[in-house]
Amino acid sequence: MSATPFLVLSAILFTIGCVGVLTRRNAIVVFMCVELMLNASNLALVTFSRVNGNLDGQVAAFFVMVVAAAEVVVGLAIIMTIFRTRRSASVDDASLLKY
Amino acid sequence: MVAFWILSPIMVASALGILFARKAVHSALLLAVVMISLAVLYAVQDAPFLFVVQIIVYTGAILMLFLFVLMLVGVDASDSVVETIRGQRVMAVVVGLLFGLVLVIGVGQVSLGAIVGLDGANSDGNVPGLAQLLFSKYVFAFEATSALLITAAIGAMVLAHRERLTPKQTQADLAARRMRSYAEQGTQLGPLPAPGVFARHNAVDTPALLPDGTPSEISVSRTLAARGSVRTVPRVAIEGDPVATDHDAPGSHHRDEEQK
Repeated sequence: MSATPFLVLSAILFTIGCVGVLTRRNAIVVFMCVELMLNASNLALVTFSRVNGNLDGQVAAFFVMVVAAAEVVVGLAIIMTIFRTRRSASVDDASLLKY
Repeated sequence: MVAFWILSPIMVASALGILFARKAVHSALLLAVVMISLAVLYAVQDAPFLFVVQIIVYTGAILMLFLFVLMLVGVDASDSVVETIRGQRVMAVVVGLLFGLVLVIGVGQVSLGAIVGLDGANSDGNVPGLAQLLFSKYVFAFEATSALLITAAIGAMVLAHRERLTPKQTQADLAARRMRSYAEQGTQLGPLPAPGVFARHNAVDTPALLPDGTPSEISVSRTLAARGSVRTVPRVAIEGDPVATDHDAPGSHHRDEEQK
């Protein structure tokens, strides 16, 4: 079972997530695209773990999942707070610091 | 490898769907498809523990949190299509395509050597192997993770917490306010009249009749009135003519006539 197709798929998913972060305006969708990028990197880590024959890659993927969980909790709380004060979840509206 | 070739088109299509879906809920559901497919790919690649964690933590917890917040924020809070920076969207797509091309070509060119496989590392089970690493080599990272999780929990609590700015309304306050609005504006003090209850049928969308036979506006819900789905009272009910209705099924037929 070759490893390259898995890595190519991981690269494609990462790129899609990247474009999503750059183009979408809804903060929650932007967040989902970040999750997609994290997942893509996880796939690469698991694949390299298989290529190298040790479990370090899987441990790294596990840590990525834990950090992603913490990140989602705080990020969604921030989105909720912004939504409560501004009545909008668009990332373009929260530009107060600019002025 | 069969699983990979079946799942990878589905995953790429769903990931593109996340990009193009107008509604955030659709994006979330497509993300669930991608994550479950990834879990299967982990299982294919000798990572049963990550397969389970991916399904439980990612699809079970994180994605449900996403949906939860989406429902709180409002499902129809869709994207604005207005560009704040001119040409940003096109540039983002172009740069993204270039980036993806470079990444794919780069990854495709690398020769990875012989694939060792995880049979040796998983010889006494995947979970014991992972635990061995986690509690020896990565034990400090593991401890730092616990601090991170506690910080995240406290952070979420602090961010979601809201101080009460006004004193809480008690039942006595509400009663006093209602009495005051009755004294000043003459608003109805008692409960509102119930909607139509008739001998043959009753319905929340049919107004009740006042003693003089006119329908009472306040007896039907304001929501129904705003939707325009309040029915008119059947003439039969107003005139009290039982002969015309005897051979009919009660309800719809009269209303049809009335609407004509």
